[in-house]
Amino acid sequence: MSALDAIAPPPSPTAEPTGEAGLGPWAAAWRRLRRNPSGIVGAVVVGLFVLVAVLAPLLAPYQPATGEWFGEVTPTAVPGPSADHVLGLDSFGSDLLTQLLYGARSSLVIGVVSTAVGLAVGAVLGILAGGLGGWVDTLVMRIVDILLSIPSLLLAVSVAAVLGRGQWSIMLAISAAQVPIFARLLRASLLAQRGQDYVVALRSLGLRQRRIVVGHMLPNSLGPVLVQATLVLATAVIEVAALSFLGLGAADPAVAEWGRMLVTAQDRLEQAPQLALYPGLAIAVTALGFTLLGEALREALDPRSDR
Amino acid sequence: MLTLIVRRLGLLVLVLFGLSLLLFAWVRALPGDPARALLGEKATPAGIAEITARYGFDRPVWQQYLTYLGRLLRGDFGASINTGEPVLSTFAQRFPATIELAVAALLLAVVVGVPLGYLAARRRGGLLDNLAVGGSLLGVVVPVFFLAVLLKYVLSIWLGWFPTSGRQDARIDATHITGFYVLDGLLTREWDASWDALKHLVLPALALGSIPLAIIVRITRASVLEVLSEDHVRTARAKGLARGVISRRHILRNALLPVSTTLGLQAGALLSGAVLTETVFSINGIGSYLFDAVNQLDYPVLQGFILFIALVYALVNLVVDVSYGVIDPRVRVS
Amino acid sequence: MSPSLLEVEDLRVTFSRRGQPSTTAVDGVSFSVDAGEVVGLVGESGCGKSVTSLAVMGLLPSRGTTVTGSVRFDGTDLLTMAPGQLASRRGKDLAMVFQDPMTSLNPVLTLGRQLTEVLRAHTDLDRAARKAEALDLLGRVGIPDPRRRLGEYPHQLSGGMRQRVLIAIALACSPRLIIADEPTTALDVTIQAQVLDLLTTLVRESGTAMVLITHDLGVVAGTCDRVNVLYAGRVVESASRHDLFARPRHRYTSGLLAAVPRVDAPEGSPLQPVPGSVRDRLEWDAGCAFLPRCGRGDDACRTGGIPLAPTATDLALSPGNPDHEARCVHPAGATT
Repeated sequence: MSALDAIAPPPSPTAEPTGEAGLGPWAAAWRRLRRNPSGIVGAVVVGLFVLVAVLAPLLAPYQPATGEWFGEVTPTAVPGPSADHVLGLDSFGSDLLTQLLYGARSSLVIGVVSTAVGLAVGAVLGILAGGLGGWVDTLVMRIVDILLSIPSLLLAVSVAAVLGRGQWSIMLAISAAQVPIFARLLRASLLAQRGQDYVVALRSLGLRQRRIVVGHMLPNSLGPVLVQATLVLATAVIEVAALSFLGLGAADPAVAEWGRMLVTAQDRLEQAPQLALYPGLAIAVTALGFTLLGEALREALDPRSDR
Repeated sequence: MLTLIVRRLGLLVLVLFGLSLLLFAWVRALPGDPARALLGEKATPAGIAEITARYGFDRPVWQQYLTYLGRLLRGDFGASINTGEPVLSTFAQRFPATIELAVAALLLAVVVGVPLGYLAARRRGGLLDNLAVGGSLLGVVVPVFFLAVLLKYVLSIWLGWFPTSGRQDARIDATHITGFYVLDGLLTREWDASWDALKHLVLPALALGSIPLAIIVRITRASVLEVLSEDHVRTARAKGLARGVISRRHILRNALLPVSTTLGLQAGALLSGAVLTETVFSINGIGSYLFDAVNQLDYPVLQGFILFIALVYALVNLVVDVSYGVIDPRVRVS
Repeated sequence: MSPSLLEVEDLRVTFSRRGQPSTTAVDGVSFSVDAGEVVGLVGESGCGKSVTSLAVMGLLPSRGTTVTGSVRFDGTDLLTMAPGQLASRRGKDLAMVFQDPMTSLNPVLTLGRQLTEVLRAHTDLDRAARKAEALDLLGRVGIPDPRRRLGEYPHQLSGGMRQRVLIAIALACSPRLIIADEPTTALDVTIQAQVLDLLTTLVRESGTAMVLITHDLGVVAGTCDRVNVLYAGRVVESASRHDLFARPRHRYTSGLLAAVPRVDAPEGSPLQPVPGSVRDRLEWDAGCAFLPRCGRGDDACRTGGIPLAPTATDLALSPGNPDHEARCVHPAGATT
């Protein structure tokens, strides 16, 4: 649905007539963002997530994926919370809390890197298509059509299958699925601006096409791109988990990945439902944080939009 | 209208052609000998020789592509490395389970989502509206596979209300005609078989339905709000029509147009979600087939899968576009 | 004197939104319409004329809107009527023609459907009879080839044609009153006169009364029997068309008239725009709302509750003309 919204990008930030006079569009947006309670919640969740991911080695009580206490795990029971292990152990005998904290780390790295790559490639394609037009546009958009004709998860699956297992292939897989989203967004935004009076005016002033696109049109597309990137990060966190759930993550099943943890938890669902609950909640809360923040950004940048 | 269909079909051919090129390049790009890659770990010299001859890996690349394309056109998608079964016939055999699941999920989402979105919009800002908006946000952020695991734990392992896995109890002697088990039971009047299949279907459909449900609620709500602010609704009220007539004919009918297009876009999400849901509930659909293929790097199955999904996806979208034209006269004429 | 068909008395409409001060769009409007009479409501945008019409029709959103006063139609108060009961009279006894024909028709229903559904809601005609009636209506509003048009959709028609369809819909059940809210504003200038002519002709033929809402004095000049001039949510002048144009009393009315370009004006005489905007206003309780824009104001204008009072047609001869009222302390044309 966020991809759909992207086709008709929200207009660039504009200051409201009352109360915000004298503020630039970005300052006005910032002010609206700070007044949006769900945006604050989102920002706090995202902030915590990033903090945990970055500081995982400091926060975690143990090393991840050690299997140190494997002897304590029996075929019928996984030890629950204790003084040494706040959340208990996982089914491979590692500390569950440690696994969760390091899971945030891998989600963040994969999510951010893949979104950055997806954004970069998508942006280049979109700018080429929207800025140059003509046959370049046609060619780029046909490629995008083909990419869009495969559901994003399956696209990611096939990319990951080509590259083999591992975190790198998950990253590339997810960025491949994001490329068409950003390409369309930028193209649509540039095309919408191309006919506007200010662009015609710049052209009449004799500015080069490249100057106009880079210096004037792109900055106007920044808002929608920022919103989309935040929303895409939410999807990326879920897709990272989905791909590792499907077995495309690291080959070692004991490694700290939320999706992978959920898969292995299924075998012991009856004895130890907490093994599924925590990583699942972690994924959902993180995705919620990015979604809330993204939607708050959208509202802040486009005062007319409503939910 | 006709030109629309023709143009979309043309685009479909183009997309499939592009995909086949990509997929062909994919196998060629695999490290090492392509015949070995296709055979996987079980490769024997004889097997490699046979595959090399059959796929023409010793001939020039463009000839290889043409042979590949020719086989695709004849419906030969290759055979699974693991089972040796032809990919296409396995799909045909497993597809009904996935379709049944997807249709049930979509049905659930539409039946619950449209009225919910409509009521939320009519009572904007009320309790129901807040619940619907909040709930649909949850539906978007809670991953399907987590919801599936959760439902499975609470409703079948803990409370024991529903079976934990499969499509039908093995002890039931059911006749299968269409491959849609619920429907089969109804057709053969084996009510218990149908009932049992339905019980097996509830949890997976709930889990899978959460994605389209969340989206349908949001879009219906937004769309109804937009229609409500339009002038023609005021005209309808000025005509003194009954409330029900205004709601159905002038609000809901207009509001459902955008909803129907999103349904088509949901096809992709549903297929992706089906892969994950089937895994959790051990349903023998194409989702679990893909899961196995991914884990065993069964290239012919993966290749065939992607082509197949792209085809299905494109056809669904074509149908949706055409039906959109039927409902919306503005599209039909222009 | 028998009571009028429509009597609006002291109508007030207040909009309140959470977290914002409430705004009063209509601030005690009173006017009446006799059967078969065409009455104009004139004023700048924002003066409350559209809100007045929606309040009469009961079409304002129920949430956040407070409507007080009374709207008596044929003796019964529409404001206190149950919503369902009011709905059954809308489209039948009182109908409305809206400003924007481009958006006022449902884009996904055929014109035939939109025409016949009014008939279906308010008459006992069967399907065939409704269709025949719809054909007749389309013919009466001057739509060529009505049979074909019945099966067409709004986007296949031009704006002028759509407005004709909306007029046909309004006339369908032979209502006793039609409210036309800026019926020609959204149309091309060349079409405006045609549609206005059609509307007035049809109304006069069928003896239907009409409230014509417009900001355009030119529209009023050719059509109305009586004219009410609105300013800041109140009627400031009410007169027959002839009296109003010949002897405007309220300073706002005279200002409006001076702002209309005239062919017969002496060459070189400049137009006199009314200075300021509707935003520059006084609360009616504090005096004359028009005071900040009026050139003639003095302290006498700063007292609240200036009444809508009969004015003298000719100050020297008669004491007052009950049919020409103005809400002004220093009416134009009076010796100062």
